[in-house]
Amino acid sequence: METKMALNYQGKSQKRSAVEKSINAFLIVYLFILLTKAAVCTTLKYVWQSTPYNDEPWYNQKTQKERESLKVLKMFTDFLSFMVLFNFIIPVSMYVTVEMQKFLGSFFISWDKDFYDEEINEGALVNTSDLNEELGQVDYVFTDKTGTLTENSMEFIECCIDGHKYKGVTQETDGLSQTDGPLPYFDKADKVTFSVYGFTFVGIRNGYMRVENQRKEIEEYELLHTLNFDSVRRRMSVIVKTQSGDILLFCKGADSAVFPRVQNHEIELTKAHVERNAMDGYRTLCVAFKEIAPDDYERINRQLIEAKLALQDREEKLEKVFDDVETNMNLIGATAVEDKLQDQAAETIEALHAAGLKVWVLTGDKMETAKSTCYACRLFQTSTELLELTTKTIEESERKEDRLHELLTEYRKKLLREFPKSTRSLKKAWTEHQEYGLIIDGSTLSLILNSSQDSSSNNYKSIFVQICMKCTAVLCCRMAPLQKAQIVRMVKNLKGSPITLSIGDGANDVSMILESHVGIGIKGKEGRQAARNSDYSVPKFKHLKKLLLAHGHLYYVRIAHLVQYFFYKNLCFILPQFLYQFFCGFSQQPLYDAAYLTMYNICFTSLPILAYSLLEQHINIDTLTADPRLYMKISGNAMLQLGPFLYWTFLAAFEGTVFFFGTYFLFQTSSLEENAKVYGNWTFGTIVFTVLVFTVTLKLALDTRFWTWINHFVIWGSLAFYVFFSFFWGGIIWPFLKQQRMYFVFAQMLSSVSTWLAIFLLIFISLFPEILLIVLKNVRRRSARRNLSCKKASDSLSTRPSVRPLLLRTFSDESNIL
Amino acid sequence: IDYTGTDPSSPCNKCLSPNETPCVCTINFTLEQSFEGNVFMYYGLSNFYQNHRRYVKSRDDSQLNGDPSALLNPSKECEPYRRNEDKPIAPCGAIANSMFNDTLELFLVGNESDPTPIILKKKGIAWWTDKNVKFRNPPGGDIPLEERFKGTTKPVNWVKPVYMLDSDQDNNGFINEDFIVWMRTAALPTFRKLYRLIERTNDLHPTLPAGRYYLNITYNYPVHSFDGRKRMILSTISWMGGKNPFLGIAYIAIGSISFLLGVVLLVINHKYRNSSNTADITI
Repeated sequence: METKMALNYQGKSQKRSAVEKSINAFLIVYLFILLTKAAVCTTLKYVWQSTPYNDEPWYNQKTQKERESLKVLKMFTDFLSFMVLFNFIIPVSMYVTVEMQKFLGSFFISWDKDFYDEEINEGALVNTSDLNEELGQVDYVFTDKTGTLTENSMEFIECCIDGHKYKGVTQETDGLSQTDGPLPYFDKADKVTFSVYGFTFVGIRNGYMRVENQRKEIEEYELLHTLNFDSVRRRMSVIVKTQSGDILLFCKGADSAVFPRVQNHEIELTKAHVERNAMDGYRTLCVAFKEIAPDDYERINRQLIEAKLALQDREEKLEKVFDDVETNMNLIGATAVEDKLQDQAAETIEALHAAGLKVWVLTGDKMETAKSTCYACRLFQTSTELLELTTKTIEESERKEDRLHELLTEYRKKLLREFPKSTRSLKKAWTEHQEYGLIIDGSTLSLILNSSQDSSSNNYKSIFVQICMKCTAVLCCRMAPLQKAQIVRMVKNLKGSPITLSIGDGANDVSMILESHVGIGIKGKEGRQAARNSDYSVPKFKHLKKLLLAHGHLYYVRIAHLVQYFFYKNLCFILPQFLYQFFCGFSQQPLYDAAYLTMYNICFTSLPILAYSLLEQHINIDTLTADPRLYMKISGNAMLQLGPFLYWTFLAAFEGTVFFFGTYFLFQTSSLEENAKVYGNWTFGTIVFTVLVFTVTLKLALDTRFWTWINHFVIWGSLAFYVFFSFFWGGIIWPFLKQQRMYFVFAQMLSSVSTWLAIFLLIFISLFPEILLIVLKNVRRRSARRNLSCKKASDSLSTRPSVRPLLLRTFSDESNIL
Repeated sequence: IDYTGTDPSSPCNKCLSPNETPCVCTINFTLEQSFEGNVFMYYGLSNFYQNHRRYVKSRDDSQLNGDPSALLNPSKECEPYRRNEDKPIAPCGAIANSMFNDTLELFLVGNESDPTPIILKKKGIAWWTDKNVKFRNPPGGDIPLEERFKGTTKPVNWVKPVYMLDSDQDNNGFINEDFIVWMRTAALPTFRKLYRLIERTNDLHPTLPAGRYYLNITYNYPVHSFDGRKRMILSTISWMGGKNPFLGIAYIAIGSISFLLGVVLLVINHKYRNSSNTADITI
């Protein structure tokens, strides 16, 4: 439990998507409708029954038991029976369909060939299917740098030893015969270094490190102790015994961790080197060593073993010993390795920006390194104005907090001036206004977040948050893993609770991945912890673009449509039933046959929407990836807001009313058949139901933009199944049924021409608004396109004054053309 | 023709008092136009909730299908019309019990002294499947119907038992067509049911020539207590059923709206094409 992972582990909470929250809100609305309907019906029933001949006419008397039961009890049971009658308005089957959609839908990500990476022979991996649609809702992207934006394959560039720079020159310094630690990451960097200098690290055998030197001789060093790397110390050390018996300690680590612990005087030179290298975007590493006298070593050894064996506070004790040991070292030098940007990382970040996402880079690297990487991957443009909140700008002084305060308020003023108070067009504003980038480092961040407990700390935090929200890009460097999570949590709890996405590859990103709404792991070279703890894992950073812009968008649209459609079709279904109560004395008489009631959601209308929600591509995937601005259209859960919800609800109410009253007026006549025979209440219900099934299915067909054979099969198949089932259900006297009420109702119904006409008419009326909308949209789009082309065409002409003599104009036009 | 008799001037007004049984009343009416082709005679009731849940389920379909065990032991749904004086009721239930039992007769007044009765056909008013499959008398081959219904009693409100509904064996018992028509519960509280057919006999004469008629009613069925109405309707039928203004109006309305919108859109489309054309020309 004391591995690095465990220490940075934060406990996983159940991740819920925003869509699920909307579903719950809708459910409450519908539950309310249900209760209202039941209450209205119960009330009206008792109002209606207050006239005795309505309550109990001579032709329809109550049983003795009914007469004797208590009135309050009766009202209660009436209320409950209305609830039962109307309960189909709550789309229970939606949950099943949504789960199936999510489960089956997640296969599309793992099947996507674009996510296949040949280097590791793997495609994308989906660990949770619950969050597919969340990919279409992301507001903030938090990305790690090393291994995520960059390749994490180290290329040695140069090193400097004792202040001298070496670049690919074979030069040997004894001290460089350095180290290996359990951390493969640094190991690699060092290995590269060695091979350039002619030293090859061979491996560890029996506790001896074997290093092959230039002369192909193998030097052995006995590995005595490894002082492990951790992200707080940012360095690691080994204690080795050379063949000659000297005990040496080698330490490597980040410059800030190493410099204060060395006694050399040449620090300045090396420091300059390191700075310059960092500016170029190289990763730098400092190496120092120290000779330990044998008796000193005895003491250290004892302390180390003691600390390692300690049962309590082992961490602290070890740390203390490490701290003691790693002092007064001699600086050897520094290395610089280059970490190349990943393929298309810049394009991806640009696309994400265009899609209205805010990209934050959280890294453990030096500020300079990180900054240049950010420039390289176009997170910061040259026009971006940078606001820096780092130890450098704040300066090491007593007045740290005051200075911080000053800076914060200054930045805020600047930003507020730029952006008018209203946030309505924030996204638009990005393209028009000066872009701002913020750089902050770990120590400053902790100063802001955990500064002394007075009232100003809260203040800092809120100012900081305000600044962050106004910046297009934020770079956080020198971050400890837990700080990454802290930042994510801070953003997550912002007003409006934006959806956050974290992407990272290493164990140090795990807590961030777990903290954010959607965690994406990269199957990188730092092991698989990130990929294993993530919700989705992809081989490369560039895949994020398609994952969000295409898959996320589609998933969101699909599931949003699915949810709305389910509520819609159930309201359509139940509304005629509700209206019928007004005509049957509020007696809970069902309009439809019991078989239809149960089969409606299960068989007649479930498969088309499932197929739709799996296969629909309202916009082509290529278009979606090519035009990131489309992503903005669905941001903020746009399709499940009040507006679309009301639209669907009213559509359903309209259609339900049409179904019922259309049939009602149809039944005003004496007979619908040419042989003058009359229909009963079950025929009434069956007509309504037939119109209903056809309308909701055709409505889905109208919405479908992407037809595959599966869509065709399920849509027409469902309708055919409905017809077939109805014939079958009415074609036999069912021996196990007490009532044969549906016997031949359907067939008899279809023998009437009027019924056919009415069914076609009602379906058409119900779909009329929808058709009209589609036509209008088409016209508008076409005219917009025309306008656009007109504008383009006339742009060249518009500069000319339009009121000129005709002759002159034609003349000049010609001359223009010429 | 409303013959409820709520209006004091109506000849049927006298039948509203319960002690006048049997009550026969006569209503005169005039047909302005002659009826060509087959004419159908309906009775219509209003404010009669045949679609009330308690009412709709108050029947036993297996009994009506001729199941002998169900005949003697009707379903519980029939309560409180299940048993009477310890004998099972056949047919049981509220629907059967409240069967319409007015008798309507139609006379053409040709000359004052000798009115011609119009022949009213009883058969062919129910669904074929109902008559031949869904409704069946209890089995028993040649045994008279009375024997087959042995052990049961008539519904409380009926005057005659079910096996005496008609003298014709093909239209008696459960397969009496008046009964079958009544058992198909109506969808709305105001409804019509087919009562009789008036078939066209001669190609030369209209079925019902224009002229004066009178309707002879044996008034048994009380509707006044629940504020109901009774009517007699004569109607001809076209290939798409009875006269139905709704479908026509709706079709015309929707058709014209669509046409109008089509024209509007066409105009818009045309206009835009024009403008783009002119733009093309100016370039």
